[in-house]
Amino acid sequence: MLRLDCLRAIYPDLEKSLVVTIMGALPAELQSLGHRPNFFYLQHAMGLASSTGLGLALSLPQQRVVVLDGDGSLLMNLGSLSTLARYKPKNLLHIVFDNESLLSVGGFPTATSTGTDLEAIARAAGIPKTCTVSTVEDFATVVREAISGEGLQTIVAKVEATGPKAFVTDLGLLENRFQFRRYIQSLASKPR
Amino acid sequence: MPVSLENSQLIYRALKSCGIQLLSALPETWLVHLIQIAEDDPQMTLVRLAKEEEGVGLSAGAHFAGAKSAMLMQNHGFLAAINGIVSFAHLYKIPLLMLISYRGTFGERDPWQTQGGNVTEPLLRALNIPYSFLDAPESVEKRIRQAHTLAESSLQPVALLLTRDLMWVE
Repeated sequence: MLRLDCLRAIYPDLEKSLVVTIMGALPAELQSLGHRPNFFYLQHAMGLASSTGLGLALSLPQQRVVVLDGDGSLLMNLGSLSTLARYKPKNLLHIVFDNESLLSVGGFPTATSTGTDLEAIARAAGIPKTCTVSTVEDFATVVREAISGEGLQTIVAKVEATGPKAFVTDLGLLENRFQFRRYIQSLASKPR
Repeated sequence: MPVSLENSQLIYRALKSCGIQLLSALPETWLVHLIQIAEDDPQMTLVRLAKEEEGVGLSAGAHFAGAKSAMLMQNHGFLAAINGIVSFAHLYKIPLLMLISYRGTFGERDPWQTQGGNVTEPLLRALNIPYSFLDAPESVEKRIRQAHTLAESSLQPVALLLTRDLMWVE
């Protein structure tokens, strides 16, 4: 399963969500499908995409928040799973693309390549709903159900360790950050 | 416990008057009353963290959402949050109001706190983070308001060091 195919399959479903991604291949692929003002790409600070999603979800309980995380990033901030589970925001969906690799820095294998099970860690941390998927069809189905439903969920998607050749796009980091905040301001109190 | 309840209440009231709605925190002795007051306040979203660096993400998310936030941590927690401060708050111009208990300075009895005390201010300066002290009850409200104002106008982290003189009653 390719992460790009997963992203393509759920791209229409992300239209009304506040989306926070990690750095590297993932945001480059998402931008290749088309940047939207409701997408924020955290192009550093590995591990903090889930924490940022929690801050958004707690502050905007009427908005759906989707975090697109990765195995390397999540392994740097496993404590975040216990914090998410502690507060269980109903509007937060946590997707982890697990390619068992730190792809963006040259493909070094992460601990998930030697047996660490991120879904099991999420479940044991107290995330109320978790699953692992390995086909695009299953991925799209569980993501759609989660986006249209309620409740904190971690979805681990097992994907191949491949990505685009280049990660830098023409979207400036600050441009993205200010546009994202303005987008949220424009929502005012509109329900999702 | 000789942590000043009165001065903790003073600090909390000042945070509330700045409109702080979300507080991230990791417990430490000097912060126990502050965290308890936040816990008892139904208007406050208190997020108890596993590690202080998470608080940078929490505050960034709150800022994007238009909510005002602050971070409560010990100076060793500040050390643990530095990558997030540099590679998120500085990189993306995120305002952070950091209240940091300043352990390991004059009067410190716990040997394990002393190294953190030595490096806190040099690190704040190296990181170009504006900082000031909360050291007397009469200036607490004004300092917190000024720190918050600067964080919001400059879109950067600002630190207030909570001192023994304010937090500890002997």
